[in-house]
Amino acid sequence: MDFFAQLPALPVVVPFVAAPLALLMPPGRMPWLWATLVSWVSFGLSLLLLEQVWINGPITYAMGGWAAPLGIIYYIDLANALVLSLVTGIAAVVFPYAYNSVRDEINHSQTPGFYTALLLCLAGLTGVTMTGDAFNVFVFLEVSSLATYTLVAMGAGRDRRALTAAFNYLVMGTIGATFFVIGIGLLYQATGTLNMLDLHERLAGQDNRLVKAAFAFIITGLGLKLAMLPLHLWLPPAYTYAPSAITAFLAATATKVAVYIMLRFLFTVFGFDFPFLRVALDFFLVLGIAGMFIASLAAVFQDDVKMLLAYSSVAQIGYMLLGISLGTVDGVAASLIHVVNHAFIKAALFMAVGIVVLRLGSHQLRAFQGLATRMPWTSWGIVVAGLSLVGVPATVGFVSKYALLSAVFAKGGTMEIIAGFLILASSLLAVVYMMRIIKVMLEPVPTEGPFARNIAAPPLMMRLMLWIMVGANIYFGLQAQPVIAIAQKAAATLLGVDSGEAF
Amino acid sequence: MMGHLILRVVIKLLFAPILLFGLYVQFHGDYGPGGGFQAGVIFASAFILFALGFGIKETQKRLPPTVLPFFMVFGLLLYALTGVLGLFMGGNFLDYYVLAPDSHHNAGQHIGILLVEFGVGVAVFSAMMTIFYFFAGREPEIHDADW
Repeated sequence: MDFFAQLPALPVVVPFVAAPLALLMPPGRMPWLWATLVSWVSFGLSLLLLEQVWINGPITYAMGGWAAPLGIIYYIDLANALVLSLVTGIAAVVFPYAYNSVRDEINHSQTPGFYTALLLCLAGLTGVTMTGDAFNVFVFLEVSSLATYTLVAMGAGRDRRALTAAFNYLVMGTIGATFFVIGIGLLYQATGTLNMLDLHERLAGQDNRLVKAAFAFIITGLGLKLAMLPLHLWLPPAYTYAPSAITAFLAATATKVAVYIMLRFLFTVFGFDFPFLRVALDFFLVLGIAGMFIASLAAVFQDDVKMLLAYSSVAQIGYMLLGISLGTVDGVAASLIHVVNHAFIKAALFMAVGIVVLRLGSHQLRAFQGLATRMPWTSWGIVVAGLSLVGVPATVGFVSKYALLSAVFAKGGTMEIIAGFLILASSLLAVVYMMRIIKVMLEPVPTEGPFARNIAAPPLMMRLMLWIMVGANIYFGLQAQPVIAIAQKAAATLLGVDSGEAF
Repeated sequence: MMGHLILRVVIKLLFAPILLFGLYVQFHGDYGPGGGFQAGVIFASAFILFALGFGIKETQKRLPPTVLPFFMVFGLLLYALTGVLGLFMGGNFLDYYVLAPDSHHNAGQHIGILLVEFGVGVAVFSAMMTIFYFFAGREPEIHDADW
């Protein structure tokens, strides 16, 4: 077997084969070790793939040897490879972190099932990012989503509300997936193909109601999956009541993969010669700005830290949509940069909250009282990641805000200039809600009430993984060039499927 | 007890033919309508019918819930490892031609799809039974502690 020729299949195949094996292991440490090992292997494979794509350009891999457009192909260019490395990288940090948290929150006998679902979720997410087949996207999206519903529901051991949250997520997610697959079906009727690149060629010049309906269905379905503002209602409860490690993993990967697939459909499948695309992009501008403000305002008034951060995630999706709505290489690149950077920020923040939940048993804001003296390392982690969320220089948040602002001002229309100032204004809202957390952390340790007890130091493994993630926030804030370069080139290839300039 | 007699005799009569039909759908799925998914459901329906007539306890005595995860894992692995076998024999993932490269009748494809569909059948059967056991085995009343 030629390793490099088979490389594109492996990041999906490895977690997929590993997942059922985890189910047969004895509960406790074994399944966790296995999942961690698999996540590291997947991360290594993804980085190799990223390097290959960076050097040699896009890779095509025919599943089962059946060539495109009849067979299912994996088509990997820089945009996939970047998101793939991000997903597996986050997994490689969050999976080791999960052990103590899962031991505390999940029923001991359920741990093999938990890690099986986690590996299936990883396999699904990597599958979505790598496939070049529109229907295959749906299949993998459902593999990851079904695993996610299970994982969210497993939070019921700590808080029964996880069950209703998971059920809401199941209903909304399934509606999203159904809309998406209806759209794919309509496209298949219009063109007779499911291969993305082939779809693009056959859609050229088609501008009828069928294709428009397909477009609307696909965008709405994906909008549900990525929690675009009016469709975001499933996200805050699901993130709040899911087990801590799952929240950290999902916040950094699931919506990001949905953003990637949105980019893929907007630009690779439909492209700028599809006139209706501009309508969607105008909508994204409005929805993005609305998301930035409404979700940030909602975050300001939350008393539950996980709920607060979840609303902040919805707001950050707004920035990504704003970047996409510009329809320029810079805008899409800024969106991709923010996909990566926001993943680092939110993973770090949710990991820190997970440590607090482990020791104090609550993610209410009150539990954070006196945290600065009780858990200095974790508190510093929250502060640094919080500054990064606001966009302070020397952190990744600054890099993505800067990229987004320069893209907005480079576009230069009236709406865009206004949007630029609104980005700055909404960053101030992020200051407000992060300051609320930091202020409570700086208060003296409570002497009475449920959180007045003495607590042990958090497990070393969790702190270590938290600080690797916080370190990534600073490292990629100072060494921003690799991510920016990859994102720029990826955006150029995404938009470059069209000949000529965007707009 | 006597009221169930006819039902139970009929169920016993139907049990084996349903299993046989399940196997037919499974292994004839390459050529006719059918395949692993349908076969798995039909196979499970025989056991569910048995449970309807004889009760969940009797069924679990004959097909213990503890073996079902092993069936599930076996089915999924049979599928995935058939694909991986293609990898190791020099083809792409899920490439079945390499299983019998010298055949003029596409024997590799036949072997591959037979194994894969059998894996699907086993996995679907055990998943169906697990879902049924969980729903049927639920406590009818919700205790105060569960609220």
